[in-house]
Amino acid sequence: MKPILRIQVNGRWREEAVADNTLLIDFLREQLQLTGTKQGCDGGECGACTVLVDGRPRLSCCAFAASFEGHHVETIESQWQDGQMSPLQQAFHEKLGAQCGYCTPGMIMAAEALLRTNAEPSEAEIRQALGGNLCRCTGYVKIIESVQAAAPGHRQTTGEPA
Amino acid sequence: MNTKPSKGVGQRMPLYDGVEKVTGRAKYTADLFPRDALVGRIYRSPLPHAELIEVDVSAARSLPGVVAVITGADCDIPYGILPIAQNEFPLARDRVRYFGEPVAAVAAVDEETAERALKLIRLHVRELPIIDSIAKARAPDAALLHDKKPGNIEREVHNEFGDTAAGFAAADLVREQTYHAAEVNHAQMEPHAAFAAWEPEREQLTLHTCSMVPYYVHKKVAQCLGIDTAQVRVIKPYVGGAFGARVETLNFEIIVSLLARAARGAVRMQLTREESMLTHRGRPESETRVKLGMTRDGRITACECEVVQRGGAYAGYGIITILYAGALLNGIYDVKNVKYDGYRVYTNTPPCGAMRGHGTVNTRVAFESLMTSMAAELDLDPIEVRRRNRIPGPSVTPNGLRVESYGLPQCLDKVEEASGWRQLRGKLPKWKGIGMACSHFVSGSAKPVHFTGEPHATIVLKLDFDGGISILSGAADVGQGSTTIVAQVVVEVLGVDWRRVRVITNDSAVTPKDNGSYSSRVTFMVGNATLDAAQKLKQVLVEAAARRLQVEPDQVECLGESFHVLGDPSRAVSFSDATAEALVDTGTLHVKGTFTCPIEFQGGKHRGGAVGSTMGFSYAAQVVEVSVDPVTCRVSVDKIWAALDCGFAINPLAVEGQIQGGVFMGMGQGLSEQTRYENGKMSAANFLDYGFPTMAETPPIEVFIVESIDPNGPFGAKEASEGPLAGFPAALADAVRDATGLEFHEWPLTPERIAKAMEAREREQRAAARKTVRQPATAGAA
Repeated sequence: MKPILRIQVNGRWREEAVADNTLLIDFLREQLQLTGTKQGCDGGECGACTVLVDGRPRLSCCAFAASFEGHHVETIESQWQDGQMSPLQQAFHEKLGAQCGYCTPGMIMAAEALLRTNAEPSEAEIRQALGGNLCRCTGYVKIIESVQAAAPGHRQTTGEPA
Repeated sequence: MNTKPSKGVGQRMPLYDGVEKVTGRAKYTADLFPRDALVGRIYRSPLPHAELIEVDVSAARSLPGVVAVITGADCDIPYGILPIAQNEFPLARDRVRYFGEPVAAVAAVDEETAERALKLIRLHVRELPIIDSIAKARAPDAALLHDKKPGNIEREVHNEFGDTAAGFAAADLVREQTYHAAEVNHAQMEPHAAFAAWEPEREQLTLHTCSMVPYYVHKKVAQCLGIDTAQVRVIKPYVGGAFGARVETLNFEIIVSLLARAARGAVRMQLTREESMLTHRGRPESETRVKLGMTRDGRITACECEVVQRGGAYAGYGIITILYAGALLNGIYDVKNVKYDGYRVYTNTPPCGAMRGHGTVNTRVAFESLMTSMAAELDLDPIEVRRRNRIPGPSVTPNGLRVESYGLPQCLDKVEEASGWRQLRGKLPKWKGIGMACSHFVSGSAKPVHFTGEPHATIVLKLDFDGGISILSGAADVGQGSTTIVAQVVVEVLGVDWRRVRVITNDSAVTPKDNGSYSSRVTFMVGNATLDAAQKLKQVLVEAAARRLQVEPDQVECLGESFHVLGDPSRAVSFSDATAEALVDTGTLHVKGTFTCPIEFQGGKHRGGAVGSTMGFSYAAQVVEVSVDPVTCRVSVDKIWAALDCGFAINPLAVEGQIQGGVFMGMGQGLSEQTRYENGKMSAANFLDYGFPTMAETPPIEVFIVESIDPNGPFGAKEASEGPLAGFPAALADAVRDATGLEFHEWPLTPERIAKAMEAREREQRAAARKTVRQPATAGAA
């Protein structure tokens, strides 16, 4: 029998039977069908699977789902709210922060974590914070521009002074 | 709906499918796996070279939960992208030729069972010598990888255009140098994935796969399964990058299909990152010897080039790659005398294939490096030397390639000015340097890989009772934005509201065939086919509107959402009314547009002359500024200025993204990327060891778009993605020379390589100093 995991995913509490050795990414993708989170490597190399756990970025391919009993997980699917794209999604779309789009969910979630702790990151701070998220298409230029463009809107959504 | 005609081209457009990507709703192949599908896994060769005596799958087959096990015995039909060089089996038969080559495959009820089954497979082999380098492959007594391929040579190319002997005789300076470039991999972010569903009652197969060339996959899967192409349907979902990795049918696509048929059901297969890199098809390691003749004022009088590529175990695109390496010596500068010798060798390494800039990159890097080095020797500025060798106007190259539009001089002007080249070259502080190089690429191979007599591109527009326009496109968008381009072209021509348009792509049962996303052909060829289709649909609507308005069609003006009588805007019909009229008697409209490259663009008459042929070359110039750390010997790229002549930017935003991405990939190859093998085993089959640059190592890339308006491109457009890549490694080495005074002929420019060169220089300097100390009198006496 698989133990029951109580976990909050994208604001909704769930009770799911999850094997102890199920990775968080597999739990999200296979069990909850939240396929926005991507696997790009064999573990911990590329950041494509980045989700937020209690607001901090985590690689969902390197952690067991069972270790997040009682915790709050946010995936790319949580960014779409009230029928619209988040400021980060809007900016990545308009500034071409996504080409093939495969690294994008992880990139946006890593950027989300950054903007929550640093409302006005400099270019260097963005490079530092997203340095673990690989992208093969863009040369990163437009990703950085996207994060910069999203910052003011992000401040508004989090109620911080713009 | 809008009252004014909508604009389509020349706009900075977010991607048509961008919302899906940023919201996580875009479904890539693995996102579509049915939960009840069987899990397919591949058993791979643990040896680089061995005779297969027996593949024992009996224990795996009897494991509970295993539904099907297949081996090389289940498919004796070879495949390969080139009809003349099909020498690969989806699962090895009799012999394995590279570490990681598929030998057997299982389909089981779950991942765990499939993994367990793989561990039960036993191989009985006789090991063979490992031929893992160019030198070993070409050794006189080398073991042969393939019968009838003496010397392990897959293909030799020899051609000479003009008179190189006379050219060198006319030169004031002749120099020759050999350059070495490491093998690199596409490292697209999405690991390979496919799922196949076999319907036993209908005897039909549906394959979802992450391909750039669904049409080739379609053909080869049918071929290897021994079924009619009509029994196969191929669907390409969203694809997470490709860069050439998926530009031929790959073994796993056939294997998953064979498994599905054997299991009489659906099989899902996701390769690991390691497996994806072992599947490879990357840019081959190459040795490039270039000899150039130059007049005192910098004009190139002759070029001689010899290329040897380590091609890996099977043919793949190899013949094309080795031809490309010579063909694109031409088409960028005005050089009349060009000689090329190419050798593609077989080795016990994963097969190489096409990667962004197919075949042309390492040759360009070598050529540009020698050109700059000779300019320095003649005390000429490298940018000026390139200007002096510019192609004077529309012309035909010595090897029969046509140059119609040529924006290279403007590219040089842009990067020279923006970078402050004249103020910085040779004048930066110690350990800082600035360098430059140029490059070019085809806008689609003018002759398709498979010659069928069909048009080179086809687009269908469907217009029905609802007034919605469905663009049915077989062009494979793999992130480059081809779906956006076709929508832009349709909206531009018809002027209709964007909400009227949908793009339906890549389902062989629905969309027209497209040759695929290779050789940067899509914007040019599919763009032109789309233009043709949209103009034809517009004509149909104008004629329908004319009937309603009771005037001649040439009296009707199309304003997108309405049609007016010329000079009398009060007499008008809406788009809906025009559509309704157009559908009378005919019903649902399918309007087809096509495009074919005329024969005069299809290359020279010599053997292999079609390779490199195109209707338009893109041109690029870039300047790179670097810092070299004298202690760690690490090169940091501080800034890049890149200009590209893409003819016309249908979507300037996307063109910028393509230039930045192309330059970035060139930077990885120049700076850090390489596959590595130990005794024939790939030892860097992951992102960390492979080492493509992260955001922290990538500098700002400033982009300049040059629009030369090509006479044949759609709205004047040419390619924008592959051309900018090849300049980087040469510009990088040039910048490092400016910073350190050391000339490098090998890439990547790793800290180890730079440290070695600096140590060698220090040793030389010490030796010279000792010599001076010992013989002070001699020097003085002279």
